[in-house]
Formats: sequence, structure tokens, C-alpha cells
Amino acid sequence: MATKIFKHIQTSVVPLPIENIDTDQIIPARFLKATTREGFGNNLFRDWRFDGDDNPKPDFVLNNPNFSGKILVAGKNFGCGSSREHAAWAIADYGFDAVVSSFFADIFKGNALNNGLLPVQVSDDFLKKIFEAVYADEHAVVEIDLVDQFIKIVATGEQETFEVNPYKKACMTNGYDDIDYILSKKELIKEFEESK
Amino acid sequence: MGQTLFDKIWDAHVVSSNEGFPDILYIDTHFIHEVTSPQAFDGLRTRGLPVFRPKQTVATADHNVPTIDQHLPIKEELSRYQVDMLTKNCKEFGIELYGLGHPFQGIVHVIGPELGITRPGGTYVCGDSHTSTHGAFGAIAFGIGTSQVEQVMATQCLLQSRPKRMKIEVNGKLQNGVGAKDIILYIIAQISAAGGTGYAVEYAGDTIRSLSMEGRMTICNMSIEMGARCGLIAPDETTIEYVKGREFAPKGEEWDKAVAYWKTLYSDADASFDEVLSFKAEDIEPMITYGTNPGMGIGVTQHVPETASFEAKEQGSYKKALEYMGLHDDEQLLGKPIDYVFIGSCTNSRIEDLRQVAEFVKGKHKADNVTVWVVPGSKQVQEQAIREGLDKIFDAAGFPLREPGCSACLGMNEDKIPAGKYCVSTSNRNFEGRQGPNSRTFLASPLTAAASAITGVVTDIREFLKEKELVG
Repeated sequence: MATKIFKHIQTSVVPLPIENIDTDQIIPARFLKATTREGFGNNLFRDWRFDGDDNPKPDFVLNNPNFSGKILVAGKNFGCGSSREHAAWAIADYGFDAVVSSFFADIFKGNALNNGLLPVQVSDDFLKKIFEAVYADEHAVVEIDLVDQFIKIVATGEQETFEVNPYKKACMTNGYDDIDYILSKKELIKEFEESK
Repeated sequence: MGQTLFDKIWDAHVVSSNEGFPDILYIDTHFIHEVTSPQAFDGLRTRGLPVFRPKQTVATADHNVPTIDQHLPIKEELSRYQVDMLTKNCKEFGIELYGLGHPFQGIVHVIGPELGITRPGGTYVCGDSHTSTHGAFGAIAFGIGTSQVEQVMATQCLLQSRPKRMKIEVNGKLQNGVGAKDIILYIIAQISAAGGTGYAVEYAGDTIRSLSMEGRMTICNMSIEMGARCGLIAPDETTIEYVKGREFAPKGEEWDKAVAYWKTLYSDADASFDEVLSFKAEDIEPMITYGTNPGMGIGVTQHVPETASFEAKEQGSYKKALEYMGLHDDEQLLGKPIDYVFIGSCTNSRIEDLRQVAEFVKGKHKADNVTVWVVPGSKQVQEQAIREGLDKIFDAAGFPLREPGCSACLGMNEDKIPAGKYCVSTSNRNFEGRQGPNSRTFLASPLTAAASAITGVVTDIREFLKEKELVG
């Protein structure tokens, strides 16, 4: 089944310089009762974004009209905690195509890759540079190229390469899907079962 | 070169391994629940695929379910819809469901082991990060996202890259009042909430070896709280004794064959780990967390760290956490008034946890300022507690025994800690809002939670045990 294709983006970014952002912050458990994949973006960072009366909190970055873009930039250990894929769905549904951090939790990283949302792991130093660039100019543009595996702060030309599993890269740049791949090996699965 | 326990199990489950691709790993049992499965079932329908091995798929309803009046229809509409959807999906795809009212219903990570489904040497996955619990049996078990739930439903396999291997040894004698929960909270506080990311962690050493299966499950359960892919402990006589005779455990000749295999499951003496850490049991105090991730833990007599003790780039996040928790630099938690005590969750809701709490609270009563919830991990745990008369002890102490489910661990049902209130909780996560919007969680062991419920303040369990020794 075809999935979303990701090759290259160039866009302004949304900074969230907080460490250890867990998936309960990205999408609180009480919003996991939906049985479809759509609509989770409305509740992305719900309790940071809205107060108890559902009014937007003006000091939260998603409520600040000066910041926008398709890349979320966050502190280290992003996506720790629960395995809920709803976290990746919420970020993608809100309109982000990539998340940049200096460290990602494993399960979140896998979930993001399975949903056409690219997790880009950069060095602490480069992360700091992106934050500096966007706080100096909120329209600062960042380029991410999955094909050549680099991320660049366009204004300064500073760039860094990033790692991505070659198989997942092929999936994302071609819209391939894990299940199609495993199903192509179905005979091997049956042989394995018989050998047990 | 010898092999690690992890590699022995992994290698025995590789269906296909190709350069540049993750391995295709065979999954022995896939556990599913109401929250992370509906979109996966929809995916199968869209693809026109059946569940490939429905008999190797086990379902229960746990995350969303109420913990009182389970015999009545679920009041909350969305929760009811999600649980009904699971029933409908299981029926359509031929999957056994231990739903509400079934004698095997309960938290997915409690029922797998107690039914003898979880066994040494197996591979287990579930759309829930605390699947690491099952590793206590010397198995590979980890949490997966919904796309992977669909993948396992469709193929009984998972595409997965082999993680690095870490060994964590704990040796020595634990202090009185210190248990498995304190050990794991201590380890996470030492290596941080990200210290295990990318690793499969094997716990070893004589302290770990001396733990019951319940204790080992508590340890492995929280592996994910240091970011680890999974946690595991080599099987031994304790493991074999636990599995023996359980509902779905092998019987007769099958049992003998299984045990013979399980005895080969250990890390060889010359096996190589990517990382080895060692801790001394004597150094571990009863632990409590003060912050908003499980790595933010201290011994119960210690003080909250100073903001200045962190690197500049970490100070903002640290201040945010303390502000959320209503705490300040250098504050001591000991003696701090609390509002709620939650004894439950896949970390600490097994019969041994309940027995330990009951033994401690017998003849005592909770403080007036505290509300206590005791939520058993499964229907079987609940019934066992009642058979042993623990419910009566709990009632007399003001600790009502509720019905099984995930409950206030994540507040998906009605069991939410109100905004601003402090809860000493035996669960696994102290994230902002985890137990309800703006709730404040102190993670601790069942004994620390029970002692704090009695006094109404954060308490050092060792003070009680001293008294007991004096009396005794």
C-alpha cells in the first residue's frame, strides 16, 4: 500500500527547546479514544497549547503567529514514553513533515518513519545553531534533503549530514510500505513456522 | 565467542536477514488491546487481508475500562465505543478476547504471564511500551506502534533492526524496605530517561537473581523508562516454577522439552555486551521521583537537586518540571503532604504487590487527607486477593480494592488525579498530566505508597520497619 513520499523540504521552522518531550505531552491519553488516524492534530500538545477552558495559551509556540513551518525543532530525547503512534499522527496531521532533535526515543522514531514524518537527528551543536537562527529571525529557513541526507540552515549555509536506515529511506523516498515487503517473503515465514 | 541471551532468542526468531534491511523477526504471541488496535484492523480491511495467525493473537480490554461496576455498560461514550470496536474486530478476525466480564481479563502485561502465555525464549509484542515486562521470563518483548500492530497482524512478523546489548548488574543485599521498584527507579535515576535508548538490557547479578517473578516483571516493565528497546532476565528455577501449571503453559512431554530448552537460555560467560553497568544493592534507598520524567528520582531522604547543578541548556527544562510539580530547589519531599495514593498499573498490581501492601496496612488506617485506590492487575489477581481476605484488610484500612484495568496510571478512564493534587503512585510514569490534566505524580514502591497513605505525607518506609523491629 503506497504511503506518503518524502524527498526534500525547505521551510521555516517551529522551535520547541524543551528536553524529554514525551508522547503524553504530544497527545495526552484522554485523546486516544478515536478509532481512525485522522484529526489528532487538533489536540497536538493539547495541555501546553490550551488551558483548562480550552483557551489558547499565548506563550506556547504553536499559538505564536510569528512561528510557522513544516519542521518542528525540539530538545533531546524527543518522543520518549508511550508507544502511541497517535503522537506521530498528531504531528503529521497538524502539518509537520519533519521533526529535528539531537536525540529521539526509539519507538517514536519508528512510528514517525512509518507515517512519512521524517525524524532528523542532529548534533547538540547543530541543534543549538538552528535555535539561534530561528530566534534571530523567525522566518529562518531550513532545508532537509533525505536523498542526500543533509540538513542546512539556508541563510548561513551551515549544514550537517544525518543518518537514516537505508531501507526506511527507500520506503520514504518511494512510498513503499513495510507490510508489502514482508508479504513478499511470505513463503519464508511459512518455512520458518514449519521448521519450528 | 559466546552469545548473549538476547542474541540467542533473536537468532532463533529471524525469518530472513538481508544486508541493508532490518531483520524479519517472527513473533510468537501478539497481545492487543482496545486503544492501539482499531486503526490496524482498519488497515487490514483496506488491504483485504486476514489476521495471519489469529491463534497467536491475544486480546484484552484494559486501558479504557472503568474500575468500578464493570458489570454495567461503560458510561463514557468514546471508551465504550472503543471497547465495543475491539469486541467486533476480534469476532470478525477470529481472535480470542478476554474482555470485560471474562475471568482472564486484565492489564495485558499482567495476564500474559499469569496465563502462562509468556514463556522463556519467546518473542512478544504489543501496541504498548510496557510490553518490556514480559522480558522478565527471559524473552524478547517490546512495545510497537499501530502500523507495526497491523504488520504483525498481517504477517506474524516484525521488521526490526537488532539493537545493541547492555548488561546491568546489581549485586549485594538490599536494605530492609527496599524492593524491585526501588532498584529500577534507582537505575533510571543513575542513567537518565534516555540512558538505555537503542539497547536491549539484560539485568543480572545476585540481587536480581534473588527477586521473585513479580519483582523481575517490575524491573523489566520500566526498561522503557530509560529508553531501552526491551529488558530481560535469564530464566532460572524461579521462572520455571512460576510458569509451571499455568493455564496455557506446556504440559507433560511438551513441558519437559520446553524446560530443557529454557535451561540453555543464558548469556555465555564470554558473551560480549556493548555496555556493562554495575550497581550495589546496599546503595539503594527507598526511591521517589520529584520531577516529570522517571529519571528524576532520588532516595526518599534526599533533597531535590539545585537548578544550578545542571548544564545551562538543561536548566530551562528542569525549572519547567519543578514549576509543574510545585517544588523548589533543595526541597525535601519527606514529610510533604499528599492527596492521593494509587496502587496499581502493569508495574505493581500483581498479587505479590497486593499481599505486601495488605500485610503492611493490616491494623492501620489511611490519613484523612488521602484518597487511596488499589487497582488489581487482573480479574485473577482480584479474585485471589478476595480469596485471601486481602479485600477486607484493605477496606478496614480505607484502601478500597477496585476492579482491574490500567486506571490512574494514565487516566484514560474516570480514575484521574485532579489538577494540582499530589499522588504517590506505584505506576511507571510521572509525565506532566499523565494521571490527569495538571496532576502531580511521585513514583514510588508499593510499600512507600502504602506508608505515605497511612501518614498522609511522603514517608520513609524504613521508619515503620524500625518500629516493627523494636516491637518485635
